Amino acid sequence: MDVGRLFAIAIGAILINNFVLKRFLGLCPFLGVSKQLDSALGMGFAVMFVMTMASIVTFGIYHYVLEPYNIEYLRTIAFILVIATLVQFVEMVIEKTSPTLYRSLGIYLPLITTNCAVLGVAVLNIDKSYSFIETVTHGFSAGIGFTLALLLMAGIRERLELADIPQSLKGVPIAFIVAGLMSIAFLGFAGLAAE
Amino acid sequence: MSGVVLYSVISLTVMGAAFGFGLALAARKFAVERDERVDRIEDMLPGANCGGCGYGGCIGFARALVEGKASPYDCSPGGVETANAIAELLGLEKIEKTPTVAMVACRGGNRVPIKMKYAGLRSCTALALLADNLHECSYGCIGLGTCVDVCPFDAIRLVDGVAVVDDDKCTGCGKCIDACPKGIISLVPKTKKVRIACSSHDKGKAVKAICDVGCIGCGVCAKNCPVNCIEMVDSLPIIDYEKCINCGICAAKCPTKSIVDRVVTRPKVFIDSQCTGCGECKKVCKFKAIEGEPGERHKVIRDRCIGCGLCLDVCPEKAISVAGALGHQPGK
Repeated sequence: MDVGRLFAIAIGAILINNFVLKRFLGLCPFLGVSKQLDSALGMGFAVMFVMTMASIVTFGIYHYVLEPYNIEYLRTIAFILVIATLVQFVEMVIEKTSPTLYRSLGIYLPLITTNCAVLGVAVLNIDKSYSFIETVTHGFSAGIGFTLALLLMAGIRERLELADIPQSLKGVPIAFIVAGLMSIAFLGFAGLAAE
Repeated sequence: MSGVVLYSVISLTVMGAAFGFGLALAARKFAVERDERVDRIEDMLPGANCGGCGYGGCIGFARALVEGKASPYDCSPGGVETANAIAELLGLEKIEKTPTVAMVACRGGNRVPIKMKYAGLRSCTALALLADNLHECSYGCIGLGTCVDVCPFDAIRLVDGVAVVDDDKCTGCGKCIDACPKGIISLVPKTKKVRIACSSHDKGKAVKAICDVGCIGCGVCAKNCPVNCIEMVDSLPIIDYEKCINCGICAAKCPTKSIVDRVVTRPKVFIDSQCTGCGECKKVCKFKAIEGEPGERHKVIRDRCIGCGLCLDVCPEKAISVAGALGHQPGK
């Protein structure tokens, strides 16, 4: 196993090709759950868990069910099935273990089901023909990257609450501008490693 | 080709069934026990999550209700109807409670000279810590709108530099009372429309120098109150709303207009043909608005009647009724 390659994949998913800020996937929770650090962290962990698990399960399903029977064209629907199941499962666990987190995540938890970032990870894993270990690493790192973007955004937005912002820009407009600036800032990581 | 179709159908069916079964198992293992009454009560509550009840949002209040820690009548935004419905659901006794609204006891605002230039945080609390008050009057409304910001019902507006509560929108949750650093907001019964609108305990001369609508503590209102519901405490009148009859005499007599009368159209009483001329109403009327010879049907002098309703209770024949209703004029 090449540790260096795994490290490159991790850095790539976290910084260089950050799912939110570079690939523009999963923008709904990025703007929806980034008002408070606490719920952003919770959402981040939930997405991290779902991404990792989705990577593992979709790897198995693709290579041991779809590929042998030549039905790769079912990739999208099969992956969505897996992700939906996982999200439902995570939702149940969170509701049982942390009702506070459950309430603060609100509608965005079920929305992970249709979060394109999760599906994006699963599809990219296949497209790049990653091995199992690489798949897990990529899924987990993508989750970290998502969490990182979410946390940065939440931190900035918590401060924006107190900042003197022109009336017309208050709330979502300034969040969009911040998101754009963050995306530009993350562009600085491009070229850190070969794609 | 048919193989692909077959495999597709089988694999998706199997996957779907397996995941469904797995979720069913998980749902049983991670089932959250919940009292269905909590959900039903939460649906009945206004859902404003104002926190006026002292619990963390409506869901917290619903839980406390089910556990018997709170009374349904602690929720003022919901009003009496909601509270009664919840009391019925929980099998509690219904109680009568008059709705209350918040009231800002100041009319000064821009009338009072500003004592400093302030460019800091737009928060009354911050200003009160820094400089006590933006205006010369130490007691009055600062006018930076902290109460406006905290009001979950959009019921407070700044009018000429002073916060004014819209009685129709206010639910009496009390959030503004906690937020006001000057402590000049209080809850008053919604039906009592005559209210003291000044908080200054200063002596008359000092008040007069800075504010033309401030209470100078003359006590004219207390002397003229027909039901003696006003008491002067520390140069400020206090209305006992239990006794107040909304007559508005105090507001009319007040030399500085620091008592507001929000009654728009005053109702008039009417004496019908059942009147026996006993004269009880004449005796009880504080405004000399009833005339008539003993034994004959009495008449109401409409110009004098203020619709207080004192005569209604004393009439042995129940021959007196009230026409019109207490109106309300926002912001005046």
